[in-house]
Amino acid sequence: METLMQAVVSGALMGLVYALISVGLTLIFGLMEVVNFAHGQFLMLAMFASYGMSVLLGLDPLVSLPIVAVLLGILGLITNRLIILQVIRGPMVAQIFATFGLGIFLANGAQFLWSPDFRVVQNPWLGQLAGGLVRLPGGVYLGVPQLGAAVLAGVAFAALYLFITRTKTGLALQAVAEDKEAAALMGINSQRMYDVGWFLGLACVGVAGAALANFYYIAPQVGNTFAIIAYVVVALGGFGSVSGALLGGILVGLVEILSPVVLGISPDLKYAVVYSVYLLIVFIRPQGLLGRY
Amino acid sequence: MTRDFLPVSRQLSKLSWPSLMIGLVALVLLLLPFVFSNPVLLDLMVLIFVYAGLAQAWNILGGYAGQISLGNAVFFGVGAYTSTALIRDAQIVPWIGGLAGSFLAVILALIIGYPVFRLRGHYFAIATLAIGEIAVAVASDINLIGGASGLTIPFVRDASGRPTDSWLWLQFNQDRLPYYFIAFILMVFCVLVTILLDRTKPGFYLRAIKDDQDAARSLGVHVLRYKQLAFALSAALTALIGTFYAQYILFIDPPSTMGLNLSVLISLIAILGGVGTIWGPIIGAAVLIPLGEVTRAEFGGAGAIELMIYGGLVVLISVVQPSGLMGLGQRIRHRRAPLTEPEARAAAASSSQEKPHATLD
Repeated sequence: METLMQAVVSGALMGLVYALISVGLTLIFGLMEVVNFAHGQFLMLAMFASYGMSVLLGLDPLVSLPIVAVLLGILGLITNRLIILQVIRGPMVAQIFATFGLGIFLANGAQFLWSPDFRVVQNPWLGQLAGGLVRLPGGVYLGVPQLGAAVLAGVAFAALYLFITRTKTGLALQAVAEDKEAAALMGINSQRMYDVGWFLGLACVGVAGAALANFYYIAPQVGNTFAIIAYVVVALGGFGSVSGALLGGILVGLVEILSPVVLGISPDLKYAVVYSVYLLIVFIRPQGLLGRY
Repeated sequence: MTRDFLPVSRQLSKLSWPSLMIGLVALVLLLLPFVFSNPVLLDLMVLIFVYAGLAQAWNILGGYAGQISLGNAVFFGVGAYTSTALIRDAQIVPWIGGLAGSFLAVILALIIGYPVFRLRGHYFAIATLAIGEIAVAVASDINLIGGASGLTIPFVRDASGRPTDSWLWLQFNQDRLPYYFIAFILMVFCVLVTILLDRTKPGFYLRAIKDDQDAARSLGVHVLRYKQLAFALSAALTALIGTFYAQYILFIDPPSTMGLNLSVLISLIAILGGVGTIWGPIIGAAVLIPLGEVTRAEFGGAGAIELMIYGGLVVLISVVQPSGLMGLGQRIRHRRAPLTEPEARAAAASSSQEKPHATLD
């Protein structure tokens, strides 16, 4: 019972981080109907940026977090201008492989430059806080870095949600996602909204990467698993749906951590279970749980 | 597809030059190993043939039918594992094992295709990606087929116990030349299947589905049936090459035969060369595989640099010339080709300072 509780809590916490990673993907898809297949590799870059600043400048991942978020946002802007806008009207093959190729380029470029070694940020503040471990009622133990990452992800997600639903720019974003022509007639510049979407989407990836750097290993190929999880989260929740990303993220976090406990299978198969659940759901409901289409 | 109506003489000259070239290239390829018997070159050529064939098989589904699969390596793995397991556990020769693998791959493709083809565009690509990852995880967990540590095909040995050559068991440990010709024939077979598809009704149906699925359906094309046909063809050819690869390397494991890296490499080759064309995948393999070998020799490493270059090239191709090297070639040829008279007049009218280069050619 206690292991189950433990699993549920840690799964839900990781799910929050998945949700933050995936919300950028869903935001961009909602706006432009383009899947960013380099999403996981951008997360990898964010983790390396966090790691680099801790090694070179002695900045804790918590301190460098805003810098990483802005850096990633700018990277998103550049990607949008240089690559996405060029292929958006092109054939499906070009749309998919422009970002897919970018992902391969980034992951292997990082591996070439920095070697495939695994790294960890040494002694992050979160790891030292309260001995790095907290005890929740019910005998559940949680690592402070994991908890901190989940809190950061939750706060960032909430901030994004408020931005989209409460500010003028956020409403304009929604309008463009809903209907480009009608939005244009209302005087909304959709090109500008694409920029905003890419900036925000990748800034979220930046926050998630900096949060993960507190406890997760950092390596050039680390983005691959996160990328597929992000596609699964978004497809599960519904492409284009922000609240779907939250639901999908937590579901995937739970399935991932519960499947070895509940099904009694080897932990190596946990992602296979996640992907199978995803396939099952899209076959029954191709638009995802909260999708509009 | 619009075919130009040209005078017969020009149509002939348009047709015969490429076919003459292709015949010449095929002849050179057949004679090549007798002139250069360098084992490194031979190995490189075998790899080119293998990847050209795989990219061609991908092209049937991705290029003609427009269904972008990121999990085609699964069928490669099915082919490799079926023949290898049959050799190991039932002493069945790989000739039969290869056909069995191909058959299994078709069955699997039809089963997967039924639900997956309901998904479109990006959704389809992501679903195939997930299927590939599931296959690797599951195959790594089944101890019956060697699990994560893979399977080794035992050498065929002669009376004195030395590894030897055998056409029956498809192993050539002394004189590796037969591998070259078998790989060549496999590639040619893939090309012939594509040519057949390109010129017959199903090929036109597939292109119609790619352009606009709903329009194709409204005109009476059975969309699911033809997508399944493309998927089954692609799977069967990919599995056949998988069996050959297992016999060539004599070792297989899940990541190298089913993994995402292989799936991606296959599609990158087709895309770089030009999707939906007969010769694109061949040209893609002939450019990318040597490029990969050269950069690996130059920079070392576990293939990171070559994948980095492939990735960069594919971004560039997608942005600048989505129709690949074939499209680039066509563009250059069109620029050089003499304009027809109305075209020349139009060109002259549009830029009065510039002499129409039609007359110069």
